[in-house]
Amino acid sequence: MEKTALLEMKGITKKFGTVLANDHIDLQLYPGEIHALLGENGSGKSTLMNILLGIYKPNSGEMLYKGEKGQIKTPKHAAALGIGMVHQHFALIPTLTVAENIFLSLDHCSFILDQQKMENKIREYSEQFSLEVDPGAKVWQLSVGEQQRVEIMKLLCRNCEILVLDEPTAVLTPQEAGEMFKTLRKMAEHGKSIIFISHKMNEVMEHADRITVLKNGRVTDRMLASDADIDRMAKAVVGERDIEKITIRSKGKTGELLIDAKDLRVLNDKGLVALHDISFQLKAGEIFAIAGVAGSGQRELAEALAGLRKITSGRILMKGNEITKTNIRGRVSKGISFIPEDRLKMGLIPGMNMKENTVLKEFRGKAYSRGGILLSKAIRALTEKHVSDHDIKHGGLDLPVSLMSGGNQQKLLIAREINGNPELIIAAYPVRGLDIGATAAIHRTLLEQRNRGACVLLISEELDEIFELSDRVAVLCGGKLMGIRNTSETDYEEIGRLMSGESA
Amino acid sequence: MKIGAIRFEKKQTVSLSRKVLNPVIFILLGFVLSSVFIMANGFQPIPVFGKMITYSLLNTRGLIGSINAALPLMFCGLSVAIAFKMNLNNIGAEGQFAMGAIFGGAFALYGPALPAPLSGIVMFFLCAIGGGLWALIAAALKAYWNVNETIVTLMLNYIALLFLDYLCYGPWMAPKQTTAMTVTIPQDMYLPLIGGTSSGIFLAIIIAVLLYLFLKYTTGGYQISVIKNSLRTAEYAGIPVKKYILIVLALSGALAGVAGFVQVTGIVHRVQAQLPGGSGYTGIVIAYLSQCNPLVILLVSVLLGALQNSSAVVQIMGVPSQIVTMIQGTLMISVIAGEFFNRYRIVYYKADPESKRAEQKNNHSEQKGGAVQ
Ligand SMILES: Nc1ncnc2c1ncn2[C@@H]1O[C@H](COP(=O)(O)OP(=O)(O)OP(=O)(O)O)[C@@H](O)[C@H]1O
Ligand SMILES: [Mg+2]
Repeated sequence: MEKTALLEMKGITKKFGTVLANDHIDLQLYPGEIHALLGENGSGKSTLMNILLGIYKPNSGEMLYKGEKGQIKTPKHAAALGIGMVHQHFALIPTLTVAENIFLSLDHCSFILDQQKMENKIREYSEQFSLEVDPGAKVWQLSVGEQQRVEIMKLLCRNCEILVLDEPTAVLTPQEAGEMFKTLRKMAEHGKSIIFISHKMNEVMEHADRITVLKNGRVTDRMLASDADIDRMAKAVVGERDIEKITIRSKGKTGELLIDAKDLRVLNDKGLVALHDISFQLKAGEIFAIAGVAGSGQRELAEALAGLRKITSGRILMKGNEITKTNIRGRVSKGISFIPEDRLKMGLIPGMNMKENTVLKEFRGKAYSRGGILLSKAIRALTEKHVSDHDIKHGGLDLPVSLMSGGNQQKLLIAREINGNPELIIAAYPVRGLDIGATAAIHRTLLEQRNRGACVLLISEELDEIFELSDRVAVLCGGKLMGIRNTSETDYEEIGRLMSGESA
Repeated sequence: MKIGAIRFEKKQTVSLSRKVLNPVIFILLGFVLSSVFIMANGFQPIPVFGKMITYSLLNTRGLIGSINAALPLMFCGLSVAIAFKMNLNNIGAEGQFAMGAIFGGAFALYGPALPAPLSGIVMFFLCAIGGGLWALIAAALKAYWNVNETIVTLMLNYIALLFLDYLCYGPWMAPKQTTAMTVTIPQDMYLPLIGGTSSGIFLAIIIAVLLYLFLKYTTGGYQISVIKNSLRTAEYAGIPVKKYILIVLALSGALAGVAGFVQVTGIVHRVQAQLPGGSGYTGIVIAYLSQCNPLVILLVSVLLGALQNSSAVVQIMGVPSQIVTMIQGTLMISVIAGEFFNRYRIVYYKADPESKRAEQKNNHSEQKGGAVQ
């Protein structure tokens, strides 16, 4: 590329206490390019982007924007310069309409909202960038993918020239992700520059122009997407050590019947039927996958099994005992553990430290409290064990987990939930936000749990993951169970058909 | 951002020197501001302040008076703080204080006569139960019907205070009295004085330490903290949230009820109308200033007790009581402001050339593109 860079970050260094999150990072961004940022969990990707956005101040290093030196002091300042970011956790107000939300995000929003003007503007951009957004819709009615489009629209309405997206596809269906990349490409064609963070190598190769890879706060590789291949990127992400190939496919003995669910009917948050009288059986020693497009009832199914959602009709037996009305605590003590999908809303306590998060399910146990007094030494030891078993990066056991990187939060949550030999592990999108090394490690852990004799209920949108790991797969569509197949006796095509609602 | 802008930003960390220095600066500022009132009324500010400080903190008698005045404040502060540890706004300490005094007073004045230490212990628990039950009304509404506890506890204050008024002006009023108060309670129920200080202070210290340990080291304190930080995760972990709402608000009310106990048995030795005298509300301020740390609450209470105690001295100098109240208010606001600036910083944005240019550019391109405001 002969063009001059729009943005240059030079020697950016950021320390958090003893953690060196960014270590002399150089990054150039050219006008009209899509730049992918790849890297290990905790390698400093989000930190670097937060520095670009003026959320953090670097300890050293300089930035040139449009050839001029200067520091970006605050997010507002960044916005005024035309730099905007879509965070992984959206900041929309659910009760307002899309147009109102966008209006509020504008820097100089005048006192009176000119609804008509605003909506026209949104429609115009919608068309121009094929970014489908209904300005009049209330935000709470929107799916995650739609909300993300609103966030992108916000940045467009602010005339951003640099758009940063932190793991935008982690929460999207493959189809939504494809749409999003189409939009991003159009924006790039209009001269805007885009940086996105991702752990998915295929999408990075397919949709980016250039790729920068971070590891341990340093740039380990840079390449044009056309020169990239999976091996090269993988090596830059995890280093020299090989990514473990999953070898324990061999299936153990078929276990006894663990869960017998009959005619489950469950409502969603809006009070509509989310699961239509579905029945299935789970056996010890198997990985049972639930496939289906987002919002087909997976979340409700997981929560109903975990005891977090009322079962309107039907019943669940665990080893022959009825647990339909057993509360969460009862189910936890029976050996049901749950890795929920949105870890910061439910599962982790962002404001509390690693030890307090680690002991969340077990603090009542004899090992971690006596006579109502917490045994802090034992809790610390357990936390340290998780850290070393799962290679969790952190800045200190006493720091709130909200300061950990997204992937490391997920590792901590998984470590906690598989601790103590649970009998049923409900895992919703367990590798969301994990780098390839950590993904392989978690997959191996799930297989180990299965071989130990646990049942893993794996909720996933990735057919690759399902076919690689599971013994049986059930397909949900619109809250109905379309069918259950042995993974070895079916193929992508059949599952895809079932997911779209065609019965076999 | 055209002409620069001021904004508050939450601070990440606060250095110790700032923690100490900030309140000092703001208290001085408070003194300066209240000087205006004092001088406007024709008094010299320096002697007034001098007397206020010496007679409330620096000499023994003054200090004792301040600690005694601080006693009910301590319990009200603890009451508000424990509720806030679970994000519950109990602004009903005032009413729970009154109910505690009513329950305890009923026993002391009309209950069976019991031997000395036993009668005090029974009275202590009755005061706690009175305050606790009163708060439990709000707790049950919150736990089972999700009714906002802020409003309910506030409303219950009016009922409790008016009921107290009714008793003291009516059935409980001492014969041949013109003020709304009962006869004194039996002398053997008085909290003993130790060198002039009410021994209630030991009760306060013990309870504050216990609370501190409870919150920090027990599974109960841990669960309260989980509920405060993430309700959904608490439910996910099987923590009985409803039960904790009931327990914590009841405990909060009980602490305010104990404020009634120390006030009745330690200070006034009777029940009277307007007994809480705003302590329940001052408790909110104390909890805020102490960031809900039980041990800090004890200290902050003594300072605010001193402020109350100093008013008498200043009135003796001839300064009208209204002015004294104004001084107290000004000092209190200054302290609260100081605490606020310990947590937030002012950020001033200059309209620097960089952002101005970007702004102009933005405006320009907006005009081209159909203009949004
Ligand atoms: N505000 C903070 N305070 C302390 N430490 C922090 C803070 N933010 C990040 N860190 C630490 O800096 C390191 C880099 O974190 P960062 O979030 O940038 O990683 P990441 O590359 O985005 O990882 P992931 O892929 O898991 O999201 C981590 O070890 C994290 O614990
Ligand atoms: Mg990140």
